[in-house]
Amino acid sequence: MIELQAVNKRFNPGQSNECRALADIDLRLERGGITVFTGPSGSGKTTLLTLIGCLARPTSGRISLDGRLLSNLPERFLTEVRRHTFGFVFQQFNLIRGLTVLENVMLPAYPLGRPYRELTAGARALLARFGLEPKAGSKVEWLSGGEAQRTALARALINDPAVIVADEPTANLDSRLSREVLGLLDDLAAQGRTVLVSSHDPLVFEAARVRRRLELRDGRLVGDHPC
Amino acid sequence: MRVAFERQKYLIDYTLAALLRRKTRNLGLLLVYALLVFLFASVLLLSQGLRREAAALLQDAPEVIVQRLAAGRHDLLPADWLDSLRRIRGVSDARGRLWGYYYDPAVKANYTVMAAAERPLAEGEILIGAALARVRAIGVGDVFSLRAASGPPALFKVAGILEPSSELLSADLLLLSESGFRALFQFPPERYTDAVLTVSNPREASTVARKIALALPSSRPILRSEMLRTYDAVFDWREGVTFLALAAPLLAFAVLAWDKAAGLSAEEKREIGILKAIGWETGDILRMKLWEGALLSLTAFLLGYLLAWWQVFHGGARLFAPILKGWAVLYPDFRLTPTVDPGQILIVLAVTVVPYIVATLVPGWRAAIADPDAAMRG
Repeated sequence: MIELQAVNKRFNPGQSNECRALADIDLRLERGGITVFTGPSGSGKTTLLTLIGCLARPTSGRISLDGRLLSNLPERFLTEVRRHTFGFVFQQFNLIRGLTVLENVMLPAYPLGRPYRELTAGARALLARFGLEPKAGSKVEWLSGGEAQRTALARALINDPAVIVADEPTANLDSRLSREVLGLLDDLAAQGRTVLVSSHDPLVFEAARVRRRLELRDGRLVGDHPC
Repeated sequence: MRVAFERQKYLIDYTLAALLRRKTRNLGLLLVYALLVFLFASVLLLSQGLRREAAALLQDAPEVIVQRLAAGRHDLLPADWLDSLRRIRGVSDARGRLWGYYYDPAVKANYTVMAAAERPLAEGEILIGAALARVRAIGVGDVFSLRAASGPPALFKVAGILEPSSELLSADLLLLSESGFRALFQFPPERYTDAVLTVSNPREASTVARKIALALPSSRPILRSEMLRTYDAVFDWREGVTFLALAAPLLAFAVLAWDKAAGLSAEEKREIGILKAIGWETGDILRMKLWEGALLSLTAFLLGYLLAWWQVFHGGARLFAPILKGWAVLYPDFRLTPTVDPGQILIVLAVTVVPYIVATLVPGWRAAIADPDAAMRG
């Protein structure tokens, strides 16, 4: 379970361009299912996901995971949590250009030093699951949008995380590819993983396992809709 | 242990792929750094090689040379000094030497002319240094003409060319018989340029020198170790002058390379953000950057050092020879003995590889300590 208490996030604090991205967020997210964060651009969806996924720290407030306080953990332990608990799917895919699909999928596991055969087998199994095995040796810049997003999804799963954080995963995809990616997220939720998605794409709300829709506006949580 | 090993293998794998992805930039950096190492190592290798060569040749030099001074200047040494010198305890033999300089306007060069007591030369015969033979385009059997001190030209038949192995010291050398020498320069009889001593116990050479200075107050004993020190000082000075001359281009290259190595492109910063976001910790990024710096700079080091080594020991050291061998018309032509000095390699490593690794680590560390959420924002 992920819990946020009185979480605030300010960018450039104390400067003329100070910006309050999140204000007084109190939230409890249970394990499993898909939770969608919705709201207009600049409402704080991505910022909230970065805080939950330990990609940044709140300016104030507490974030805990299964009762363990994360917001005051040193960087090294935070990375440890991020590596084992969260898998990320980014709006721009954020694959490393010049590397192959297989190499990109294996990247998050490099620091763990898993045996090469085991790691390659795991990465190939994920690629097979997402229909990308024929593309394993292709450079990622040659992929279509859907293939790139599926590669990103495979990469997010290589360390077998409990939580998948997906920021606008359908923003750069057409409806067909969006449905395809949402189907995959649905499958992940069906396996018992927690899927957190930020989106203002109506297609996302149609996903079968969307359990909850949280609405943000101007950095505040303004709606909590069970689905 | 196995995990740590595997992790390093993955990091090297990723680093190599990253270097290849930016191959134009990295190849440029590699070449600039290799050139830096090449210039730096060439000067070090050549001057050290010359020092070693001079030291090897001076091994056969006399333990003590005695000169006579008059008003603080070198004067001719009377023959009866040789007896006085032989009587000094510790001196087993004393021999007078005849030598001087001859300016040849035809090639605008100074020759060192010496009477060769140990070689059986007739009065009209001469042995010449290899560089001199090259410049004057003469060989064994040819006639060599020198202008005698009395005015008319003196003709000598070339009886041989001195061995190329000793060319560092004999490039411009002319060897004559004692009578030939005295006739050429109208050198007074019973006088010598200086004297060389054989000392029974070489370790007592300095004691013998002190005794000579006491017995013959107007003498100046010169020890072999002092000659070695002088050679060292000359090569140190020349090395310093070369580095000074190279300072500007070396600095320019170093600044360029530093700038390229230390600057992270937007693409690289984005990659570091992505790697952190997907689970790499700051230490992993630093290790990756360390590998990157080490792989590139060590390759550049190997390339530059091997090229310098080849150039100095097999390519005739054409680049820096004019400065380090000396300013002369008659350049000695000789091969230095190839050697590898671990201390010198460490010096070159310290001034080229270490700064490069630091230059790549610092910006990598700066990018790695930032929150990776920028990656999320694309």
